[in-house]
Amino acid sequence: MIPGSFDYVRPATLDEAVAALRDAGDEGKVIAGGQSLLPLLRLRLAFPEVLIDVASVPELRGVRDEGSSLLVGAMTTHYEVLRDPLIRQHAPLVAAATSTVADPAVRHRGTFGGSLAHADPAGDLPAVVLAMDGVFVTSSREIPAAEFFADYLTSTLEPDEVLVGVRLPKSFAGWGFHYEKFHRTAQAWAIVGVACLVNRSGGEVAAARVALTNMGSTPVRASAVESAVSGGAADRDAFRAAAGSAAEGTSPPSDLHGSSDYRRHLATVLTARALSRAADV
Amino acid sequence: MPRVSIEVDGVKYDDDVEPRLLLAHYLRDRLGKVGTPIGCDTSNCGACTVLLDGISVKSCSVLAIQADGQDVTTIEGLGDGQGLHPLQRAFHEEHALQCGYCTPGMIMASLDLLRENPDPSDEEVREGLEGNLCRCTGYQNIVRAVKRAATDLRPSEQEATR
Amino acid sequence: MTAAPEIGSARPRSEDARLITGRTNWTDNIQLPGLLHAAFLRSPVAHARITAIDVSQARERPGVVAVFTGADLADEQGSLPCAWPVTEDMVLPDHPPIAVSEVRYVGEPVAVVVARDRYAAADALEAIDVDYESLPAVLDMEEAIKEGADLVHADKGTNKSYEWVFAAGDIDAAFRDAPVVIERRYVQQRLIPSAMEPRAVVCSAVGDEYTLWSATQIPHILRLMLATVTGIPEHRLRVVAPDVGGGFGSKLQVYGEEVACLLLTKRLGRPIKWTESRSEGNATVHHGRDQIQRLSLAADSDGRIRGLKVDLLADMGAYLMLVTPGIPLLGAFMFNGIYKMDAYHFKCAGIFTTKTPTDAYRGAGRPEATYAIERLMDELASELSLDPLEVRRRNWIKHEEFPYETIAGLTYDSGNYEAATDKARQLFEYDKLRAEQADRRDRGDPVQLGIGVSTFTEMCGLAPSRVLGSLSYGAGGWEHASVRVLPSGKVEVVTGSSAHGQGHETAWAQITADRLGVPFEDVRVLHGDTAISPKGMDTYGSRSLAVGGVALYNACDKVIDKARRMAAHLLEADEHDVEFANGAFSVRGVPDQSRTLQEVSLAAFAAHDLPEGFEPSLDSDATHDPDNFSFPHGTHLCAAEVDTETGYVKIRSYVAVDDVGKVVNPLIVEGQVHGGLAQGIAQALYEEAVYDADGNLTTTTMADYLLPAASDLPTFTTDRTETPATTNPLGVKGVGEAGTIASTPAVVNAIVDALRPYGVNDVPMPCTPERVWRTLQGGGPEHSAQPGAGGGLGSAGGEA
Repeated sequence: MIPGSFDYVRPATLDEAVAALRDAGDEGKVIAGGQSLLPLLRLRLAFPEVLIDVASVPELRGVRDEGSSLLVGAMTTHYEVLRDPLIRQHAPLVAAATSTVADPAVRHRGTFGGSLAHADPAGDLPAVVLAMDGVFVTSSREIPAAEFFADYLTSTLEPDEVLVGVRLPKSFAGWGFHYEKFHRTAQAWAIVGVACLVNRSGGEVAAARVALTNMGSTPVRASAVESAVSGGAADRDAFRAAAGSAAEGTSPPSDLHGSSDYRRHLATVLTARALSRAADV
Repeated sequence: MPRVSIEVDGVKYDDDVEPRLLLAHYLRDRLGKVGTPIGCDTSNCGACTVLLDGISVKSCSVLAIQADGQDVTTIEGLGDGQGLHPLQRAFHEEHALQCGYCTPGMIMASLDLLRENPDPSDEEVREGLEGNLCRCTGYQNIVRAVKRAATDLRPSEQEATR
Repeated sequence: MTAAPEIGSARPRSEDARLITGRTNWTDNIQLPGLLHAAFLRSPVAHARITAIDVSQARERPGVVAVFTGADLADEQGSLPCAWPVTEDMVLPDHPPIAVSEVRYVGEPVAVVVARDRYAAADALEAIDVDYESLPAVLDMEEAIKEGADLVHADKGTNKSYEWVFAAGDIDAAFRDAPVVIERRYVQQRLIPSAMEPRAVVCSAVGDEYTLWSATQIPHILRLMLATVTGIPEHRLRVVAPDVGGGFGSKLQVYGEEVACLLLTKRLGRPIKWTESRSEGNATVHHGRDQIQRLSLAADSDGRIRGLKVDLLADMGAYLMLVTPGIPLLGAFMFNGIYKMDAYHFKCAGIFTTKTPTDAYRGAGRPEATYAIERLMDELASELSLDPLEVRRRNWIKHEEFPYETIAGLTYDSGNYEAATDKARQLFEYDKLRAEQADRRDRGDPVQLGIGVSTFTEMCGLAPSRVLGSLSYGAGGWEHASVRVLPSGKVEVVTGSSAHGQGHETAWAQITADRLGVPFEDVRVLHGDTAISPKGMDTYGSRSLAVGGVALYNACDKVIDKARRMAAHLLEADEHDVEFANGAFSVRGVPDQSRTLQEVSLAAFAAHDLPEGFEPSLDSDATHDPDNFSFPHGTHLCAAEVDTETGYVKIRSYVAVDDVGKVVNPLIVEGQVHGGLAQGIAQALYEEAVYDADGNLTTTTMADYLLPAASDLPTFTTDRTETPATTNPLGVKGVGEAGTIASTPAVVNAIVDALRPYGVNDVPMPCTPERVWRTLQGGGPEHSAQPGAGGGLGSAGGEA
């Protein structure tokens, strides 16, 4: 299919991008890599009047070392994320999840910030950033991950706000990590995904972070699981027991690929597996 | 209408385009580069895969205007104009195509795969081609062809056999 | 020196040269001066009366040349044809190419825009205003046949199109006091064929001479049908199938868009192109399967089958298209499979629903039948605690019993089920896997192993015209070939088969090279254009080689016969003393005096000195109409790992041993098997066209209708046994559908086998993780199919 008509601007600076968005009012839409947006435009499910292409805004590119954290530029492609030595060293969970996003050609275009700003709860990266307590850096402020995802395909970004990047703490150095993605075919979205970080101290779990993909209208933290495993034994039985509460407080969707009930069940099984993989037991 | 300057298979084109014009339609309808077909609306099938500045993209999910100033290689620009590229030869010899509709995209995606990983395992080939659907071959001969081309393309082995 | 035989040689295909370099001629590639683009406005509702259409705004849009509604074309658009009235009283509703007063499925065309380019045409669709008065959707076949049900076609008074019965043997006696009776209800889900090339049509006229290019499998049939529907005389219409990107049955059709493009070209006097988008195609290319099967099998306590009862409801969709009603009946003769039995009763009712019409999809009737019998054989084995291969062996037709007339009235000319099964069993390491299965069961492994068996046959080579006639099919099943020996000795072959990925250009040249003793490179195969190939019955039903290939074989023989006469004249010998070998004629006993075919051809062309009554040139043609179908068979074995915690199924290994008779090109045969397996496995595990409660198709994109990618499929082990068909001189049977037919039950049998210790005896298709898991919970296998939020539309799991 063929998109409806729109105007196109390509600002050269962040200020120009913000101004362009402000000028467009409700009818503007930022295009990053376009790998989610273009299919929506082609299916005529969205009709923006102006596309603001932020590809030429230098502040949005690349991964920067900020000392105790990394700042991943919003326009850093999945492909660049996967090859980035800083990501590999300090945020290997991001790389693990990114490698499951779509396919190589889509990863060449699709961007880290774009997929987060799209706020699709079935996307793989939102749960990862949530698990890591990332901070969204925008043209006007900083938003903690827990406050960024508002609803299905909706973030708390204001209409004239541009996502510059995401700050990821380096504090997970040495933690075990795993992203468990469950889908029907290679191309299908996650029915459920589990992003998991485990800090082991000998045979015990010192701390853990668990966040879930596609278990609600936003990515969700499995806080009950995190507290249940923390301080407990790092073994499969303990993980299975703790994972029993993975679906607590979630309201997962029912769709073509799985019912709400089934997703709740999967969340428990997959969380146990993710914990075991992350803890290497 | 905005003006773009795009090099396609070694030829530079300057054209006025509607912002919404998809790169795939620009190639097909404006330039007559019909070697790149379109198979879906959602970037699943990968039939339209081309190289943009040397890396694979789905040309149905890129606006022509986004490709301004960049370099596009399509299936028609593969090979040296005389003989076949080793991937094209391998697809032929291993019977890695039937109807051939996915083939341009499959070959361009394979080219990118081998750039990243010159010696892939079967599993790596299958994963690397996840973004390209084929309805005819069941993929088995495609995997065989990519591995054969990998061998043909690796300089060390070419030297070793000399 | 004798050249190596071409037949049997794994020669890479000559058609690849254009396909691997992007020099292919897809229909959408065609550009003509003044070409306009059509776009169709389609019904967004399952069932409604059209109360008003306002196209005035659309007509004013920039670039728009014309807009037509169904009413505008009502006088000339006719009704889309159904060529298979399966019963005398079949209900056959009117089917306007563009709906006039009522729409009956989501996607049905209601108006068409013609504009200067495809972008303008798409934009103008937004400006058309249609008022619909809602009518009830009819979605459930079992509900649709109840008294007082809502009707798809109110004027017909029923949702039942036809009921068709076949009976043989004393079925009551077979079931009376039978020690074992197995009753099951299986559902063949609705599938979307999903050829990679979307449909496309280009039409142009010069004066009153029309040319229509279409991504079709059936240029010859299409020409006749379009002439009938539009009134454009057949001899003024040329239909061309250029390179066609797969069909799998979906392009064996006469589509409303083809009719409309022809009429618009006639009206506007301008060439017109239409190319569908994938999401448009998912809703409007005919769908496949969709059948509810109620089955009863009676057997003795030793596993011998006594009788089989089959009661089908087959979803026609909203209208009967080209061969819609006949598709389930192609299975009628196959439910008995490779087995002997005393009695058989088959009943099928074709039911209308407010869904996309169904029609042929790879296998067409035979996969449904094979699935049913092969699933039942596993159930029988389980009931009697027999190995599933053993219960099959006790029932199948033994090698020495061929030819064998089956209970369904077909004569299987040849087969060797023992040989194929032995080979498959060995390649699969059957006993080793059974041991591993037992071990996993003992250990209570959360990942269980299942072994699935499918010993199948199918009827190919559609078809003997006599048989088609007896089934009320609207045409014959012969095929045509002509061989033109050019003055230079090069050879042109014209075939009525219409390849769209099968490799006929290579295989036909191999047959010709062997028969005429000319180099492979000297043969060119022409097809897919009614101006070049004047008659043919096209490509579907695994018929091309077994029918069209044999026609070519016979045409080659005619060339040789004619050339022999000319050669005898040149050699001044008696025709009966002239031998032909390796492309040259010589007189028996005088080998040093010979004339090559090329020399003979040139002499026949020059015509300076011809034998009495000899017409210039060696060109010959032949039409072949087989006496019988051909019956490929094989044994497929599948090992599947089932994760009992999540329901996820992984195919661990798959062995396919097929017997397709003699093989012209083993490379092509293996490729056909691979691709067939992928589609059959996808039916078992992934694919389903899902409608919501309002009758909206929810699987409109490839993000929702899941096709397997490379990493979703295993590496197949394929092998062959070779039991030549006795019904044609090539000994060939056909291979296009074997993999699809065999593999679906093999996979589902493996899944059920893995789960039998849990009390499971069925998982409905597609065996999604949720369905497997739900079955294990004992909570019924039903699967939530509501569309909704989360991972629906959008790219391939892709993110901006």
